[in-house]
Amino acid sequence: MKSSVITFPGSNCDRDMDVALKKFGFKNKMVWHADAELPKSDLVVLPGGFSYGDYLRCGSMASKSKIMHSVINFANSGGMVMGICNGFQILVETGLVPGVLLRNKYLEFICKNVFVKINDKKNRYFKNFDNEVLEFHIAHNEGNYFCTNNQLKEIEDNNQIAINYCDENGKIEDQFNPNGSIKNIAGIFNKEKNVLGMMPHPERMIDKSLSGEDGSLFFKNLINNLK
Amino acid sequence: MKISVIITLKKDVLDPQGKVIHQTLDGMGFDDVNEVRQGKYFEIDTKESDNDKAKAKVEDMCKKLLANLVIENYKIIDPK
Repeated sequence: MKSSVITFPGSNCDRDMDVALKKFGFKNKMVWHADAELPKSDLVVLPGGFSYGDYLRCGSMASKSKIMHSVINFANSGGMVMGICNGFQILVETGLVPGVLLRNKYLEFICKNVFVKINDKKNRYFKNFDNEVLEFHIAHNEGNYFCTNNQLKEIEDNNQIAINYCDENGKIEDQFNPNGSIKNIAGIFNKEKNVLGMMPHPERMIDKSLSGEDGSLFFKNLINNLK
Repeated sequence: MKISVIITLKKDVLDPQGKVIHQTLDGMGFDDVNEVRQGKYFEIDTKESDNDKAKAKVEDMCKKLLANLVIENYKIIDPK
C-alpha cells in the first residue's frame, strides 16, 4: 500500500505520520506543498501542525496551495484522504468535508488524551474494527467543530460523523467534550466516506512505552481495509 | 485603489474571544456593554482603477479566501 504525506510550511506532525505509516506497512512518500503532482497513492494524509502560522484562519492558506488541486481531484475521484488536526482544518477549508473548526470554547490550547467513540463502521477507515472506543491524543487551539443546522441535518442523515468525544466507556456527554464541538464531534467524513477529517492524532499512539497502542490498532485496521 | 473589507462572525456563531473581551471590559468598569463581537479588517490596495471592477474582484477574494461563509459575513466599504 502506498501513502503520501503532504508537508506544508509549518506542518510538524508530518514525520510522526511518516513513522506511523511505515511501521504498519505503508510505503510512504513525503510530498512538498508546492509540488503539482501527487505520487500514485492509496492514501493521502494531511498532517497536523500550524501551516502558514495559522494566519487568517487555520488551514485557509494551505487549502489553496498547489498540491491541493491534485489532492482535491484525488478525493473527488474516490481516493482516500485523511486530515489530522491541522489537516482536518485544511480539509474543511477546501470544502471536502462540511463545517468549520472554531477556537476552543474556553480559549485554551488543549493537549491531553481523550476517548473517542467510533460512530460509523460502514467505511474503509473503521470497517472491521473490534473496538468501539479508542484513546487518542489531542493538541489544538481550534478544534471546536461547528456547522449550520442544515449541514448538521445532512451530516446526521448521511451518517457522516466518524468519531465523537466520550468517556472510557463510550458515553457521549457534554462533560467529555473538550472543546465545545457540536454533538461532541471529533471527526467527520465527506458524503462518500473516502475523506476523513479528525482532530485526534492516531500517529501519537503507536508505541506502548511512549503513549499507547490505540493508534496502532487504527493503522493496522486501515491498511487491512485498503488491501 | 484601496478597498476595505470588514469580516464579522455570523449571529449564531459562538465568539469566545468577544466574550472574554466583554468580561474584561466589565472588570475594568465598562459595565454597560451588552455584547462584544470580534471581527477582521482588511485594506486591499489593487491596481484596478475602475471602482466597480475593483469591488467585484475584492468580493471574489472574500468568497474564495478572506471569509469562510459558513461562519462569517463580509462587507466591502465603498472607496470614497
